[in-house]
Amino acid sequence: MGQTINGLLRRHGLALAFLVFLGVVALNADAFLSPGNILDVLRQVSITGMMALGVTFVVLTGRLDLSIGSLLTLLTVIVVDQHNIAGPFPAIVMTLLAGLAVGAFNGVLVGFVGLNALIVTLAMLSFLQGLVLLYSGGSNVNVANAQETWFAVFGRGDFLGLPVPVILFLVGAVIAGVVLQFTTFGRRVYGVGGNETASVFSGIDARWTVFWTYVVSGFTTGVAAVIMGSRVMGAQNTIGQGYELTVLAGVILGGTSLLGGSGSIWRTVIGISMLGFIQNGLLLLGFPYYVQWLVTWAVIIIAVWIDLGAKRGRIFA
Amino acid sequence: MSHATDIRAGSPLQSVLGWLLRNHIWVFLALTIIVFSWASPYFLTVNNIGNILTQGAFIGILAIGMTMVMINGEIDLSVGAVLALASALAIGLQDHMGVWPAVFLGLMSGAALGFLNGTLVALSGMHSFIVTLGGLIGIRGLVFVYSGENALMVPDFSYTEIPEVYLGPISLTAMIFFALALFFQWVLSSTRHGRETYAVGDNIEAAHDAGINVKRHKIINFTICSTLAAVCGILLSMRLGTAEPNAGRIWELWTIIAVVLGGTRLQGGFGSMWMTIGGVLTLAVLRNGLRLLNTPNYVELMVMGAVLVLALVLDKVLNHKGYT
Amino acid sequence: MGDVILKVEGITKTFPGVTALDDVSFDIRSGEVHALVGENGAGKSTLMKVLAGLHKPDAGEIIYQGAPTQVAGPLDARRKGILLIHQELSLSPELSVAENIYLGAWPTNRFGVLKKRELRRHAASALDALGCGFGPDTRVGTLSVAMQQMVEIARAEAFNANVVIFDEPTASLTDTEKDQLFQTIRGLKARGVGIVYISHKMNEIFDITDRITVLRDGQVQGTVDTAETDLNQVTRMMIGRTLDTYFIRAKAEFGAEVLRVEGLSKAGVFRDVGFSVREGEVLGLYGLVGAGRSEVVETVFGVRKADSGKLYWKGGEIALPSPRQSIDMGMALVPESRKEQGLVLMMGGRENTSLPHLGLFSSVSIMNRPKELAVFEKYRSALSIKTTGPDQAVSQLSGGNQQKFVLAKWLCADPKLIILDEPTRGIDVGSKSAIHELIADLAQKGLAVIVISSEMPEVLGVSHRVLAMSEGAIVAEFEGDAMTEENLIDAVSHHRDDAAA
Repeated sequence: MGQTINGLLRRHGLALAFLVFLGVVALNADAFLSPGNILDVLRQVSITGMMALGVTFVVLTGRLDLSIGSLLTLLTVIVVDQHNIAGPFPAIVMTLLAGLAVGAFNGVLVGFVGLNALIVTLAMLSFLQGLVLLYSGGSNVNVANAQETWFAVFGRGDFLGLPVPVILFLVGAVIAGVVLQFTTFGRRVYGVGGNETASVFSGIDARWTVFWTYVVSGFTTGVAAVIMGSRVMGAQNTIGQGYELTVLAGVILGGTSLLGGSGSIWRTVIGISMLGFIQNGLLLLGFPYYVQWLVTWAVIIIAVWIDLGAKRGRIFA
Repeated sequence: MSHATDIRAGSPLQSVLGWLLRNHIWVFLALTIIVFSWASPYFLTVNNIGNILTQGAFIGILAIGMTMVMINGEIDLSVGAVLALASALAIGLQDHMGVWPAVFLGLMSGAALGFLNGTLVALSGMHSFIVTLGGLIGIRGLVFVYSGENALMVPDFSYTEIPEVYLGPISLTAMIFFALALFFQWVLSSTRHGRETYAVGDNIEAAHDAGINVKRHKIINFTICSTLAAVCGILLSMRLGTAEPNAGRIWELWTIIAVVLGGTRLQGGFGSMWMTIGGVLTLAVLRNGLRLLNTPNYVELMVMGAVLVLALVLDKVLNHKGYT
Repeated sequence: MGDVILKVEGITKTFPGVTALDDVSFDIRSGEVHALVGENGAGKSTLMKVLAGLHKPDAGEIIYQGAPTQVAGPLDARRKGILLIHQELSLSPELSVAENIYLGAWPTNRFGVLKKRELRRHAASALDALGCGFGPDTRVGTLSVAMQQMVEIARAEAFNANVVIFDEPTASLTDTEKDQLFQTIRGLKARGVGIVYISHKMNEIFDITDRITVLRDGQVQGTVDTAETDLNQVTRMMIGRTLDTYFIRAKAEFGAEVLRVEGLSKAGVFRDVGFSVREGEVLGLYGLVGAGRSEVVETVFGVRKADSGKLYWKGGEIALPSPRQSIDMGMALVPESRKEQGLVLMMGGRENTSLPHLGLFSSVSIMNRPKELAVFEKYRSALSIKTTGPDQAVSQLSGGNQQKFVLAKWLCADPKLIILDEPTRGIDVGSKSAIHELIADLAQKGLAVIVISSEMPEVLGVSHRVLAMSEGAIVAEFEGDAMTEENLIDAVSHHRDDAAA
């Protein structure tokens, strides 16, 4: 009996701690668990969440994508600017295509050329930041006719009582989850991440698999940029700065392993949402916004350590 | 530079080529210097060289610690945040205890956080990427908690005159950078800790089997890395007279770029302070030269990205065998 | 030959499901070279790791220089004078020769500053004693494998080792390098060092050793003086399981040719390899470790690239395929290393089984889970695999059950040709005979089968025809009555002698 409780704590200790956290906040702030507030949290995490869906694919193959923060900035600038020039629909199409192109470029360098993913995407982060300034000329862009355009629907709209960005995130999560769990591509992703050599011996082309995960990551960042542009109705040159790390934090917090092969969309959704609820709960309790960073630090260390300890069978390395 | 010299059997030409293969950063640096001297008359002046060294020194000091950690086979993403905390403490505490105790506590905050990072990595067996990613987020939180999201102003502006010491065109900051680089190059090449740092990063199984205390070296190197980040933060606070809570954001990325550009291997076991000096100077020359040419700053960012990928490709092509 | 310096008595070591060492006793005298031989999985490497302090024995004693001794780890062993020279060298390529010789035991002053001169001087004298052609400052990464091995051997000089254990030291050496190594070993021997020599290569063992201890299934089969025995006797001691194992060979009814290889070459790996295999035929490929067997079949399967060569599939010439093309044609490869090449360990049996055939288990890219489950269940019962369910990670299964999943993942797509590379290595006796039966069964059903094995009775017992491979070339082919252990050993070892001469 003692063992089962021990095992339970080990396996779900973090979930329990999180529930306790939710309970404490709920007792002290009535609004916390109201549907309205929950939707607010989900609305806030929809952008990082959307990006995290794509990054989960990349991380599952044992690679990283640090370029998505700069990419988000670039694509948001593009979507807002092109909205003024070409109209909302062409702007969205262009944004998504640009996201796919950058993802494909990363994918070629990491998948086919075989360069280190961390450095390549770091270089891309710098390069894209430059591209942002080149494109925008250093000034911020705003949607000219913010009150009239249907473009507002992605960031600000509601559908059947649900915020549209939340719907987009959830639909995206379901699609990504289905792709990972039920398609041949998903199986290849897990295979390459779990054991690249064995996958090659099973006739899987690891290069293409890695390539496509970066394309997915570029695409989800494109969708996130549409939501971002629509919510802000403008874009600063630093709007996506640091997003790559927040997104990675969420993915890692969910328990997806940086070594690849283990993790899921479901876990990413949980991880990203946890970050959202911690942020929101601490604000409701009256803490300044930066206290969430301290808590996030502690939660990441504890969560990953517990996860690792459970897999290893002992706490210390 | 005898340490990095490669003793291969063969003609002098071959050994020069072999050395260049392992130290291609100096070719990069020479090329950038040639191009900018040709393009701008202001580039190769004593004043400007002094500027380059001072500008490069800040990332440079961070890069020294990062090199130690990377040769050890790890990475530290938290240096930018540690820098901000040390800078805030060094300025914020001056009212209570005077300048030097405040500076000392700023340094100690760096050492303590580095010790924490290293201990967490060593005890948990987590990847240092995760541990220090957490640190990057959380330590920035500490900065904001301490400073209440305000920029802290130095109470007495004589503080900003401390680094105004020059040896010819070379500022105190640059001198500190070079002194630290030389000292840690000596540590790497001549002390047991330094050599065992290579051994651990190169072949951790062999090091462990030989009875080397892998964990201790990791803890020491993370402590060094964060302490140097604190040094950098304090020098920055002296230069600016203020401590911004957002100081040093994404500097960790620039630092990694400088170190990898120099040729130190991300997977550990290979690299040196010479290489890092090369990487830091190349980065500084690129930034300075492009600005002298009045190129918009996006060019700098794009060139940096391109150069980094180029360096990586070159490395793969040239040293293919050594990198399996 | 001098006194006994190291003696192990009644060492027993069990791992979950396997008894690796069972009451093992033997001794090493100073100034002798003592061979430790046995098939893969006989327990040689476990015994070696016990001596070097990498494994703690469950029972038994190590008596070193007359006193019972606990070995805490490799460094402790080294300090005590017991040095293990691994097949995979334990060196840091970026450090200098001197630093590697004294790795973990560098001379420093009180402040941790290296005494470089002292280090270099000591290393230089160790290198001189061995007659190495490189200095103490050379970076180890620039040395050849043979020279790197000398660096490890220099540790024996540096630490004044009394016992040196060599694990397959000649696996990647040329013949000249091998001769140099043997000279070095004789030098150590003359200084009274006791040497344990582990190898698969019988001609070397008869060349260099004084006594031979044979291990089989974790037990000592006996120790003999090299001068008073011959290859035959040792081989019999090693394999001697003709009594407890018998092999079923499929009926020799062959159909059309499935695969023919001509002139397959890869510089430095194998050269001019040619063979063919027919429906219903089991073709054995025998050779020692390092002969290039795995490399040949991996090239045929498409995981490796060749310099030249022709492939004919069912009579028609094809380009060297990619693994995907091979699989789609009906080729299957059960690779040598189950854990590294065969399985995704964190996946369950279901997902591992379908991994090479995602196209067959899906429609419009959507995985057909019921079909996966049905196939999983079919092979779970057909091969009697012990697992708790379709999603139990295969890392939790025993070696035998893991290997059955590797077989299942290839059999489920009805291949025309199946290549089995060391299919029974490191698995229990029960699973072994099940796999032998399966091989016969598959051939009877009309599959072409290629079996690679370094276990002679296995390869002779299941095959219709055996190719002997040595140093990257096929050196002989045996059929019918000519398929004997003597012939096979002759073919492989004579060829080596010829090459050496």
